[in-house]
Amino acid sequence: MSSIAQKQGFGAMIWDYLTTVDHKKIAHLYLTSGGLFFLIGGIEAMLIRIQLMKAGNDFLSAGTYNEVLTMHGTTMIFLAAMPILLAFMNAVMPLQIGARDVAFPFLNSLGFWLFFFGGIFLNLSWFMGGAPDAGWTNYASLALASEGHGIDFYTLGLTISGFGTLISGINFLVTIINMRAPGMTYMRMPLFTWTTFVASALILLAFPPLTIGLFFMVFDRMFGANFFDVANGGNTIIWEHLFWIFGHPEVYILILPAFGIFSEIFAIFSRKRLFGYTALVFATILIGFYGFMVWAHHMFTVGLGATANAVFALATMIIAVPTGVKIFNWLLTIWGGSIKFTTPMIYAIAFIPSFVAGGVTGVMQAIAPLDYQLHDSYFIVAHFHYVIVGGVVLAIFAATHLYWPKMFGTMLSEKLGKITFWFFFIGFHLTFFIQHFLGLMGMPRRVYTFGADQGWDLFNAISSVGALFMAIGVIVLLINVVITTVKNERVGNDPWEDGRTLEWAIPSPPPFYNFAQTPLVRGLDTYWIEKMEGNKEGMLYAEPLEEIHMPNGSIIPVIMSFGLFVASFGALYFLDGDKSWPLPVLILGLLITFGSMLLRSLKDDLGFHISKEELIEDAKGGKMDGSK
Amino acid sequence: MIKGLKKWRLFALMTALVVFLAGCGREEISTLIPAGEVAQDQFNLLILSSIVMAFVILVVTIIYVLAIVKFRRSKVGEDLIPEQVEGSAKLEFLWTSIPIVLLLILAVPTVYSTFDLADVSTMDVQAEDGEGMTHLTVNVTAKLYWWEFEYPEQGIVTAQELVVPTGERVYFNLISADVKHSFWIPSIGGKLDANPENVNTFYLTFDQKSSELEDGVFYGKCAELCGPSHALMDFKVKTLEREEFDTWVAAMQEEATPAEGALAQEGEQLFGADGAGCIACHAVSGSGKGGVMQGPNVATFGDRNRVAGFMEHNEENLKKWISDPQQYKPGNLMPDPKSLNDGKDFTEQELDALAAYLMSLSVEE
Repeated sequence: MSSIAQKQGFGAMIWDYLTTVDHKKIAHLYLTSGGLFFLIGGIEAMLIRIQLMKAGNDFLSAGTYNEVLTMHGTTMIFLAAMPILLAFMNAVMPLQIGARDVAFPFLNSLGFWLFFFGGIFLNLSWFMGGAPDAGWTNYASLALASEGHGIDFYTLGLTISGFGTLISGINFLVTIINMRAPGMTYMRMPLFTWTTFVASALILLAFPPLTIGLFFMVFDRMFGANFFDVANGGNTIIWEHLFWIFGHPEVYILILPAFGIFSEIFAIFSRKRLFGYTALVFATILIGFYGFMVWAHHMFTVGLGATANAVFALATMIIAVPTGVKIFNWLLTIWGGSIKFTTPMIYAIAFIPSFVAGGVTGVMQAIAPLDYQLHDSYFIVAHFHYVIVGGVVLAIFAATHLYWPKMFGTMLSEKLGKITFWFFFIGFHLTFFIQHFLGLMGMPRRVYTFGADQGWDLFNAISSVGALFMAIGVIVLLINVVITTVKNERVGNDPWEDGRTLEWAIPSPPPFYNFAQTPLVRGLDTYWIEKMEGNKEGMLYAEPLEEIHMPNGSIIPVIMSFGLFVASFGALYFLDGDKSWPLPVLILGLLITFGSMLLRSLKDDLGFHISKEELIEDAKGGKMDGSK
Repeated sequence: MIKGLKKWRLFALMTALVVFLAGCGREEISTLIPAGEVAQDQFNLLILSSIVMAFVILVVTIIYVLAIVKFRRSKVGEDLIPEQVEGSAKLEFLWTSIPIVLLLILAVPTVYSTFDLADVSTMDVQAEDGEGMTHLTVNVTAKLYWWEFEYPEQGIVTAQELVVPTGERVYFNLISADVKHSFWIPSIGGKLDANPENVNTFYLTFDQKSSELEDGVFYGKCAELCGPSHALMDFKVKTLEREEFDTWVAAMQEEATPAEGALAQEGEQLFGADGAGCIACHAVSGSGKGGVMQGPNVATFGDRNRVAGFMEHNEENLKKWISDPQQYKPGNLMPDPKSLNDGKDFTEQELDALAAYLMSLSVEE
């Protein structure tokens, strides 16, 4: 990254990133902005733990605490975990299937900028009259009663960033279906590609219910519709259904790519083919499928009745089976292998007990009558942090170390990586393990304070200390990133030495067209097969060296997203009724968006070609770091 | 790595020790010390599922530890290329079928218990028969940040402190008057939501007299985020033997007696329609219907365990509460004291009088 900056100057680099349609650069954008939101969400988490450090603390006021907890959840799920996973999907998936880019590079950029402006819009609520305060689940009765514009920031912000995610999901689906290299059959796809595929399908099916719910909410709050207004015959339970029909698959949208990342890591650092690849693939599909049938287990205490509760309880338990299959297949992958304890691998090793702990508490909560006790207590807080931090965040850290060389051409320090790991891992268990017991001891979740007379003081104090450890771990990771970037020691194609899939067969970072010649795939773990057969080049080619057709960059996605960002402010303040500017702003914003859409439709952009000579020149060396 | 593992072991040991020492929480509120049939059923499910899950964790841990100890690269050699095993149909079958068996073990009691705990059919039968009613019904209305308890068969209403007989089923009809809340008495049984649009019905059984508890009451909670003071939306539960309960009901049904003592009488005056008009929202008599008054019924105020549901029950806290409710329970709907008292704060004398009067309101001996 820094070498490009030196060559092109800072302004040129910014412009390059604003206009890029290259999946690798969009991955950088997702990683950076997702990382930024991760830090913001982390600071919010620290505020929560400081407030709950001792009984009756007054560090945060009641109202502010609710804003912080809402923004912590919303930021972490929508603006941190998902975008960072999208970063790795963007960076790696096209390389794994031997493609030059995703199917729709322009849409890829649009998806990012929509997410980005939606996230910025949501976070601006802090400075513009207060953040949303009805929890990340935004249950309708409380959301409608909420004063100020916090909830409007939530609904509009998530609508915009939700469109971005939906676009990305569709793009990945089309990419994986259409752009696999010759020989890359479905059952030869690396598991990370498979999980990306299933997660994208979940995005496609899960986001529309959320969008509908958000639209209802926007209409209720802004135009006085009565979807959720009980006094006028509305029904708030509808929101809960819509939210969880989205919300449960959302959890799998996060965890499946994490499974994919760990599957890659276990295979690479055990030097062994994934055990039961077929079973892992089908388990992934099954988990995705069941993910849509269990949403009401978030609603056992709503009063849906015994039949609904029993059916959803059983459906939920079934998910444990394919998940268990995965765990055992990973264990058998490392069994009989040659385990190298690199930073990504120790994250993967640590993931197994952490995630199993989160999984078993999940099964416990599937037992509906038991869930009546556990629901909305600190037990559930412990459970979902065990699966999301113990699963998704560990995967994100692991993938950051694993793919950093492929994305940026340098290796993160292994030593600092392990320091981060130990702080984060110990802190994580310290923070959340004890929360199971807080829940069983009767502590409800989302409380801004607790009385000293309820026996919860000690465990809360321990939990807060754990959070500090996690924060130290994250800070060390940031230091690691800075040091690595400054040192800028370039690495070769396969820096981990045991790479198995196509991305490790090409330079780090790859040239902007990825593959000078489209590879020919002969089986699962393509690169490994070629390596074992002594193929020095690391791959076979499916075509002779020819001209490559590439898309041009474009600033239009930024402008299009910015238009919606502007329009949102107009919509937000429009119904205050006491201002004259919101309507023009709303119209202006929509004009910008639709105008740029029109421009895009009318203007032909045929892209450009890279000549054979340039490719040969590149291959001789020198310009392999992705710069044009 | 080895060094790290040792540190981890020591840490795990310490954590286990701390958990052990801190015990299971307080008996007034812990689900781990069940004091009712429902909580006991749920606790049994907790133990059963914990045992099954402990078995799962044990199996995974054994394979896991063996694998990372036996197959370290430093042990198997730097240059070893392991055999590239594809999989094993036998093993796949094994670890698909064993979890299914384990889940069946959990599924049977789950389904049984789900239907059992939702069975409120006896409530309606009793109500129709009209005689020999041994089951109590309580209508619970959750409001921004307090709870109203109406006993429709007895014609009485109370707030913030639920009083119930021990050893029999008590049926609850739950509804919310504003946003969604959730009714939870952890040591007695699981929660059920109080939705704004429909009545939810379930039952609980109270098996222990609350007078045996250190604090004299069980703690109840709102378990659904409902606004700034969600954390403070507590209520308390007094459980009495049936006879004592009947006595309590009879006392509740009586008309409120006038205050005694000069200070309390001054307070009564101030509380009434000619004073600050508190009585417009707060009934001082226990008899009546629910849902009529805006604020909590204060007929049992002197008997209560807490002020405003969470502060220690003394006149000092009561005065603080009356003089500035928003400071102690942000977002509650009690009017600003100044708006009731001709734009002035209550004087110390007035607060003393109100406190004396409220503390004198009692139906217990």
